[in-house]
Amino acid sequence: MHHLIIGAGPAGVRAAETLRKLDGQAKITLIDGEGEAPYSRMAIPYYLSGKIDEQGTWLHRPVDFYAENAIDLVPGRVASVDAGAKTVTLEDGRSLAYDKLLLASGARAVNPPVEGLDGDLVHHCWTIDDARRIAQLAHEGARVVLMGAGFIGSIILESLVARGADLTVVEIEDRMVPRMLDETAGSMLKRWCEKKGVKVLTSTRIGGVYEGGGELNIALSTGEAIKADLLVVAAGVTPNIECMHGTGVESRSGVVVNSRMETSLPDVWAAGDCAEGCDFSTGDLSTLAIQPVAVEQARVAAQNMAGIATEYHCALPMNVLETLGLITTSFGKHDGLQTGERATALDEEQWRYIRLEFHDGKLIGAQTAGHVNMIGCLRGLIQGRMPLGPWKDILLREPHRVAEAYVDLSRGVS
Amino acid sequence: MDKALVIDVGKCTGCRQCELACSYEHTGTFNPARSRIAVFDFHEKGRFVPYTCTQCDQAWCQQVCPVGAITNEDGVKVVDAATCVGCKVCTIACPFGTVNYEPATGKVIKCDLCGGEPACAAACPTEAIVFTDVSVQGFEKMRAWAEKTDTAPQANA
Amino acid sequence: MAWAKRILRVNLTEGTCKAEPLNMDWAMDYLGQRGLATKYFVEEVDPKVDPLSPENKLIMTTGPLTGTGASTAARYSVVTKGPLTNCIACSNSGGYFGAELKNAGWDMIIFEGKADKPVYLVIDDDEAELHDASEIWGTSVWHTDDWIKEKHQEPQFQIAAIGVPGENGVLFSAVVNNKHRAAGRSGVGTVMGSKNLKAVAVRGTKGITVNDPEAFEKAVNDAKAVIAGNAVTHEALPTYGTQVLTNIINELGALPTRNAQDVQFEKANDISGEAMHEPRRTDGKPNLVRNAGCFGCTIACGRISQIDPTHFSVKDKPQYHHASGGVEYENAWALGADTGVGDLEALTYCNYRCNEHALDPITTGATIAAAMELYKIGALTDEDTGGIKMEFGSAEALVAAVDAICDGTDFGKLLGLGSKRLCEKFGHPDLSMSVKGQEFPAYDPRGIQGMGLTYATSNRGACHLRSYTVASEVLGIPEKTDPLVTDGKAGLVKVFQDLTAFVDSSGLCIFTTFAWSAEDIAPQIDAACEGDWSVENLMKVGERIWNLERKFNLDAGMTAEDDTLPKRILKEAAKTGPAKGLVNGLDKMLPEYYELRGWTPQGVPTEETLSRLGLA
Ligand SMILES: Cc1cc2nc3c(=O)[nH]c(=O)nc-3n(C[C@H](O)[C@H](O)[C@H](O)COP(=O)(O)OP(=O)(O)OC[C@H]3O[C@@H](n4cnc5c(N)ncnc54)[C@H](O)[C@@H]3O)c2cc1C
Ligand code: SF4
Ligand code: SF4
Repeated sequence: MHHLIIGAGPAGVRAAETLRKLDGQAKITLIDGEGEAPYSRMAIPYYLSGKIDEQGTWLHRPVDFYAENAIDLVPGRVASVDAGAKTVTLEDGRSLAYDKLLLASGARAVNPPVEGLDGDLVHHCWTIDDARRIAQLAHEGARVVLMGAGFIGSIILESLVARGADLTVVEIEDRMVPRMLDETAGSMLKRWCEKKGVKVLTSTRIGGVYEGGGELNIALSTGEAIKADLLVVAAGVTPNIECMHGTGVESRSGVVVNSRMETSLPDVWAAGDCAEGCDFSTGDLSTLAIQPVAVEQARVAAQNMAGIATEYHCALPMNVLETLGLITTSFGKHDGLQTGERATALDEEQWRYIRLEFHDGKLIGAQTAGHVNMIGCLRGLIQGRMPLGPWKDILLREPHRVAEAYVDLSRGVS
Repeated sequence: MDKALVIDVGKCTGCRQCELACSYEHTGTFNPARSRIAVFDFHEKGRFVPYTCTQCDQAWCQQVCPVGAITNEDGVKVVDAATCVGCKVCTIACPFGTVNYEPATGKVIKCDLCGGEPACAAACPTEAIVFTDVSVQGFEKMRAWAEKTDTAPQANA
Repeated sequence: MAWAKRILRVNLTEGTCKAEPLNMDWAMDYLGQRGLATKYFVEEVDPKVDPLSPENKLIMTTGPLTGTGASTAARYSVVTKGPLTNCIACSNSGGYFGAELKNAGWDMIIFEGKADKPVYLVIDDDEAELHDASEIWGTSVWHTDDWIKEKHQEPQFQIAAIGVPGENGVLFSAVVNNKHRAAGRSGVGTVMGSKNLKAVAVRGTKGITVNDPEAFEKAVNDAKAVIAGNAVTHEALPTYGTQVLTNIINELGALPTRNAQDVQFEKANDISGEAMHEPRRTDGKPNLVRNAGCFGCTIACGRISQIDPTHFSVKDKPQYHHASGGVEYENAWALGADTGVGDLEALTYCNYRCNEHALDPITTGATIAAAMELYKIGALTDEDTGGIKMEFGSAEALVAAVDAICDGTDFGKLLGLGSKRLCEKFGHPDLSMSVKGQEFPAYDPRGIQGMGLTYATSNRGACHLRSYTVASEVLGIPEKTDPLVTDGKAGLVKVFQDLTAFVDSSGLCIFTTFAWSAEDIAPQIDAACEGDWSVENLMKVGERIWNLERKFNLDAGMTAEDDTLPKRILKEAAKTGPAKGLVNGLDKMLPEYYELRGWTPQGVPTEETLSRLGLA
């Protein structure tokens, strides 16, 4: 039995580990498209802020891990897949046969349609290689502009500040992290950043970027222009599914998978940022591009590949973000349903916020600012679809008591 | 893992000796805020519930960690503080809320069973927390409760 | 080490919160909590101060062991000049508040002045800030607790607060923390109210260290083993709480009944610790839900009860149908035996209300008992009581009277004076069973002679917790003495007073002394704290504290004449039981006591005594 995995990010690596655990004999090949030791994009911000070195971003240290576990780590990029012949072809022309294939090729950062984003002073912050370049340019006092205050943008924001950069954030929407936080929390976060000395321009578009004299001139929709030594673009990602072209696999923006992470092709699975599976909150297909979903899907895929029929409960959107010390989280349908009920508590002075969304006596979404204690309970309540019983009324009045509600409901106290 | 913390909420008096012992073991100070086990006081029900990680099989926290800071030592999920970068993704991935971020250290903490001799169980004056064979009935019951929220991919086999 | 070495000074007039280093020289002389706060208090406050004026101060204080892993290291005290007694007041409470305060890095908080508008204090580790309390002024402790947590989205706050009576000048308002733990006596909550201070909310995450961790661990574990091996602390108290005493003391003929007209209560068993376990006839459930411990406590004597929802007191009040703090021995006695009410559910309801609104249940019950006697002799009329038939034994009257105090009705305000002022007002001062303005608790000094001297000499007015000679006279701890004789009681009282004074200064609970001797306690303090904390020194610290308190009271205007007992206890003989025919022999004990203390026959510490204790 030969398991072949395309992509050595978190999804690919967790799948390989799981397969090895379930089957000591099978041949496992992990194709590493970046030619780096397998690492986590999530760790990049900490590399940039100097908390860890490059090795600190690796999924396993030392890299011997793969050899020791008889996981064949093959550098190279897959150019195409022949699902009928059960082979993949690498860009260098090599061809590899497989019995079972997992696509774990992740996603890549993309540019919005703005002039001038291809210069040397403009970078994404998606790969470790991007991070190395940013590290060279974002030195103490450097004028850095960050395009996009979405989730990824807001995470690297902190690293750029930690490097001593003079930072300006430009976000097209009216608040920070608009897809994760509501108006209240997103605006609170903006005020927080401003309080910490970061310029945040919301409802502002970058119109064009012009390089000259070793610096960038960035034109804004407000008519202003700002000069910068570096522009970091964090304005969206798209799944890496080009190698599946021609296979006839069902795909939308990502490769479509069912609850067992099977694609429409026999013996081909997909997991992680490249896969488009069911969304827990909406029931529709979606790609969430978050780490928990990537690794959980990978595990489900691996179990199925090893012959243990396993279903995924659907992907729950969830994020935790620390921005210059303010921690925000978001879970599920954080903006609620029209037919649902809502509880909020806001303490502007103390930078604290909690909003819970209910439907049908259950929690369906949540977001918080300034809370860290037992925060995972929010996931448990939402994804466990726990009937809240009498706690719903209590939480409607006192949303800060969620942890208590969770422990009561899950430990059979009631 | 053949031994586990089995908690009998009926016996807990809310004294928090477990929190004291846990924090002392892990931080060298008496500091319930940094304990890996927390006692919930359901005052209006007259119940106290000691609550901590059950070392679940899914190991959500370990799976999700981007830097391999959480390892599985014979079933026990252990955070290596030196490796942890404080990204907190484990704190939202664990659906039980039993990995917690500590702003003071910038790292996360969770129960590690004290390397096999849990201080909480030793300190509990009422045997509400015992470290015992996983086959005893109480643990099954606890796991069963936990499963109510276990969002795990369920094996059908 | 052990001490946080830092105090928080809150000037309510100015609205400021400032940190100061703890005076470690004083800590070496007074240890902490009761002793150390009293030292600060007497240094800073004129003994003649009007307790309810802005010039009075109020100190919330922990001991060095508070918050450590020692068993029962939960305690904190409130020190001030008491409005009920005009003496030094020091009321001690458990729960989780004290440990949290220490974990936030504070040994004590000194409140001074008076806020111009109601405020509450929030402490989050190093940060302390006063907030507007106008939305919670006029509400209960329970509501305040919930409201503050909700407002700050912080379920982990530990909160101490006062209720409406404390705002309204009811002279025996307590400070209640964790909704059912009280710094109960002498009107410390009334002082808080007079300062427009509604509550203190604390979150502490800093951690507490000890001086010699290894020695501490050993001392603490040894001491815990002693508690676990003792029948009182390991069986009686967890099972029955302090309520284990009701039947015992009743049989001894020392349960003051119907305002101490009798010394035995025919319905004692109905309100006893045993009765709390019995399934009720109505719903088949026992009154007691479970026992509970304070922070770090390996005894867990606390009672959590649930009232029968069909009982008349709560029938249409679902807000009292949940579990909460049940009756302790003192409360069951004061609200029950002393009023002649044998209805456990009614007592539990009244206990809830005392917690909900921060009332001292001892003074509450004893004042109602005095009112019942005034009513019986016609001194108090239906007009005064607002129509409540204040008859001994009437659960309805008891419930209505407690409600009246909580609700602040005219009759409630009268009762809010406490029994001394009430009985004086209605022309029968002798019917108040109080010393220095404070009602005595659940041990009749005719049946337990040593308690007469305890009450008469207690520095905070009548109190059992200043020298609990019951331990020796009834329970045989450390050795049995005859409760009916006065011989040897002066010495016993002095030793118990000094021992208690240092235990109250350590952060530990006095109930440990059912099992622990000073030899079990000293090594724990000694390992935790720098300095010499031998038994010998600790007893001297206790004696120093006692004399410091005494000096304050004398300077406040108290004299030896105040070291007395109600006339009934000295003149009316017990009618039944082993003490039948006896009165309390205070006159036989008091001179000897003064002498043993090194005081003049007028009860004043001699120069020699003061200089021996470093108080000159
Ligand atoms: C800066 C940053 C911070 C982030 N922070 C968070 C966070 O805090 N929380 C969170 O949940 N998520 C975060 N994410 C997102 C998270 O990193 C991704 O969801 C996760 O990496 C997805 O894992 P994956 O294995 O599916 O994809 P990837 O990590 O993208 O791995 C896919 C791998 O496949 C390779 N590959 C692609 N195509 C081919 C091919 N044809 N042949 C061979 N190899 C190929 C890629 O080069 C890559 O190495 C962050 C991302 C970034 C960039
Ligand atoms: S911390 Fe949570 S996810 Fe990790 S082992 Fe414990 S219960 Fe499982
Ligand atoms: S917070 Fe630490 S342990 Fe948790 S996932 Fe991040 S790096 Fe791993």
